[in-house]
Amino acid sequence: MRDVAIIGIGITKFGELWDKSFRQLIAEAGSKAIIDAGIEGKEIDAIYVGSMSAGRFIGQEHVGALVADSSGFAHLHIPAIRVESACASGGLALRQGYLSVASGMNDIVVVGGIEKMSDVGGTAATETLATAADQEWEAFFGATFPGIYAMIATKHMHDYGTTREQLAQVAVKNHANGALNPNAQFRREISLDTVIKAPPVAQPLGLLDCSPVSDGAASLILCPAEKAKKYTDKPVKIIGSGQASDTLALHARDSICTFNSTVYAARMAYKQAKKTPKDIDVAEVHDCFTIAEIIAIEDLGFVEKGEGGKAIDNNITTLDGSLPVNTSGGLKAKGHPVGATGVAQVVEIVTQLRGEAEKRQVKDATIGLAHNVGGCGASCIVHILEAM
Amino acid sequence: MTIGGVARFWREIPQRYNLIGKQCGSCGRIYFPPRESCPYCRRKSIGKMRDIKLSGKGEIVTYTVIHVAPHNFEGQVPYPIAIVQLEEGPRITAQIVDCKIEDVKIGMKVEYTFRRIQEDGYTGAIYYGYKFKPCQQKQNHQ
Ligand SMILES: [Zn+2]
Repeated sequence: MRDVAIIGIGITKFGELWDKSFRQLIAEAGSKAIIDAGIEGKEIDAIYVGSMSAGRFIGQEHVGALVADSSGFAHLHIPAIRVESACASGGLALRQGYLSVASGMNDIVVVGGIEKMSDVGGTAATETLATAADQEWEAFFGATFPGIYAMIATKHMHDYGTTREQLAQVAVKNHANGALNPNAQFRREISLDTVIKAPPVAQPLGLLDCSPVSDGAASLILCPAEKAKKYTDKPVKIIGSGQASDTLALHARDSICTFNSTVYAARMAYKQAKKTPKDIDVAEVHDCFTIAEIIAIEDLGFVEKGEGGKAIDNNITTLDGSLPVNTSGGLKAKGHPVGATGVAQVVEIVTQLRGEAEKRQVKDATIGLAHNVGGCGASCIVHILEAM
Repeated sequence: MTIGGVARFWREIPQRYNLIGKQCGSCGRIYFPPRESCPYCRRKSIGKMRDIKLSGKGEIVTYTVIHVAPHNFEGQVPYPIAIVQLEEGPRITAQIVDCKIEDVKIGMKVEYTFRRIQEDGYTGAIYYGYKFKPCQQKQNHQ
């Protein structure tokens, strides 16, 4: 195994982008990353792209070849691989690309993530997201994807005294961060009252506790760390990569308020990186719902189990806190084009570690973590990055 | 739930109509929904998973009230749905019926009832299965 660095990043604006197609989005993110890294098409050894459900969202499968083709690489016949792990498809694409470079098989790899969700209606998008849950034993009985996370919230409030206001604070914080991110879907601050009074989706979660339906794409360029300085002055090394799985259905687990996939993936990544949660300067965590950020920061070891609800009042996860979380706005405000999310999180961490995050820059950030969840915790991918 | 058509539904009828789970012949653990092998005994359990009818009595572990539902459930909103821990150990996801929404609580004792689950607007098919209602008689056991 050899060290791997990220030498280029690219991202599109996230949002309901009526005028942009799947092909345009992935080509835009990919070409931005390629130009950022200063590589040429003929140097690329492989393309890994994460997409959760192009088949249901745009009626198109065979996404690996399509991405190579729409990026203008068909004549180079580059191996192109699509990976799927529900909402963690992007994180998994990075891990697969990382493993292929670390193994010595590939040198230059393009990692992409994309989803074009707004071509179908809201109901169809919701039903497609529910395919990440257990269709036979959860969805069949009327459980929705927000409903499953809502059951985690109910239990967390019951067991640890987490409040409705603390859930809402996550949305308020992430919207405030999103307002500073030019690529975010929502660039406006919202008040606690607005979140709490929003129409209910699945109690206790309301509309503003949920991440939106989004279109968008993101891309990264990987190369062996020893060659990274050839391409860029500011390479970022992948020092830890972890992945874990769990039961598809939430009810099949002993613990409702802990995602063991996060615990195990994080343990794997921390061990490889020889770091502890205290070493992390900035993190992007999977806040598909407000409760998801609360349990993520617990399961990642940033706070004790049950203390996640207090992290904002205690000035831990805020932009000026001891461990700023979701400086990009998170899935909540930056947007959540599911296949793109895991890659976009790493784009934000690299931006922070390069010191290029402008108004949302975390001072002296050198080590960052990205946490990407599939379904309600049946998959998790964690990456730890360090400025070189 | 139209994907897969009728076979996909009737395949699961014994479990969904009658709460038939599986018991591992090696360690005795009980599973619902049924499993082909026991995750703890694995190869030792193959061929030794026996059908077992569950009592249908249990307790609410956690719950929510769904306000935004998929189209097959739109006519039912708002409806409570819960994770129920059955007496025999397995946990399942099901709707809670025959009580006021605000009466649904963690720790509430509930029991199985056979109900219509959803109606498919495209095919007109009606799907049945289990829901849970508050226990009729006072329970002395935990
Ligand atoms: Zn067993």
